[in-house]
Amino acid sequence: MSDVTRELAHLSDEALVALAARAQETALAELYDRYGRPAYGLALRVLRDESLAEDAVQEAFMTIWNTAQRFVPEKGKASTWILTLVHRRAVDVVRREQRRRTEALDTAAEPGGDAADEEAWLRLQRERVQDALRQLPDQQREALELAYYGGFTQSELAERLGQPIGTIKSRMFNGLARLRELLGDTTMERNWTSTT
Amino acid sequence: MDVHDLTAAYALHALDERERAAYEAHLAHCERCREELAQLTESAAALAWAVESPPPPPALRARILAGNVVPLRARHRPWRAVAAVAACAAVGLGIWSATLSHSLGRERAHSSALAIAADPASRKIDLRGHAGMLAVSPHGDAVLVVSKLPAAPHGMTYEAWVIPAGGAPQRAGTFDGGGRMTMVELGRAVPKGATVAATMERDGGVDAPTSRPLLSAQT
Repeated sequence: MSDVTRELAHLSDEALVALAARAQETALAELYDRYGRPAYGLALRVLRDESLAEDAVQEAFMTIWNTAQRFVPEKGKASTWILTLVHRRAVDVVRREQRRRTEALDTAAEPGGDAADEEAWLRLQRERVQDALRQLPDQQREALELAYYGGFTQSELAERLGQPIGTIKSRMFNGLARLRELLGDTTMERNWTSTT
Repeated sequence: MDVHDLTAAYALHALDERERAAYEAHLAHCERCREELAQLTESAAALAWAVESPPPPPALRARILAGNVVPLRARHRPWRAVAAVAACAAVGLGIWSATLSHSLGRERAHSSALAIAADPASRKIDLRGHAGMLAVSPHGDAVLVVSKLPAAPHGMTYEAWVIPAGGAPQRAGTFDGGGRMTMVELGRAVPKGATVAATMERDGGVDAPTSRPLLSAQT
């Protein structure tokens, strides 16, 4: 993925954020090499526009750089923080641009010739989460997908699905709670040193 | 509206602005919601991994990380200019953003200018005349950050000025512009109430501005 030696590859995500907080640019580079691709994939899924997706990822990484000092590892994982920033930025943009759609995105996974390892790991994560999603009751999955990937607010969902807002809230809550059970606490851990 | 039950929607970013503000206010003094939110946010972020992720264009990495340093053109006093090829999507109060090359230690000026601009204690003032901002540290050290400033024509340069309240413009360095973002650490401190401005001057700079300011910031 990267054209420079990943000299920080042995560090945890949280340690990288701490270094970024001390203005170490190599730490930001390493975080990008780890999460730039899922970040871009997510932004593209929400925004369905390559240029807007790039901007959203870029802005999210700028936020990471500028607010790394405020990251508190005890409150959650760095990967969660990063992807949450990307998602929030993408959702803000999609609402502003009025670009929301619900049809499936037809991007086939393009094999990245340089990183089969990366490819395999991403596919593994994808299958894992998709598998968990499939195990959710349809209505919960629908609510999660429309909210998270579609960028719809709960009120818009209620209207769209013709349900009381309380029902939508329950579906989202139960869906996320069930997803958590299905995925367990140890999801998405990775030994980064093996990827160099 | 029971604010407690907005946690899942908040984790999914499915609240409108009003609801989001209400929930965040509530969060500040609801331990239970903070704990629940941490868990639900973790689950929501997992959804990010379920999508196909084609590799982002390599240029995106460069946009986020790459910077270039404009050669120093010091004359009468030390000053430093930096142009960072970086994002500046929303150069404005509080939302400015920059980063730079991952080649460490290439130019100390770089870090110094960034440190001032990124320091939460620095005052950020929007520019008039051009997109960008002025960041002034509590000590008066200042950095001009200008978005998409066209490169100065051949034989010309931009010159920065610090104009103390009621005083004459004082030279604060020259710079070339060009690139997505120009970042210039001013060569002199900015006292309270001063105006910072930039004009177009002949190469090498002049002792007093000869044209109207292209951009300015009132501190």
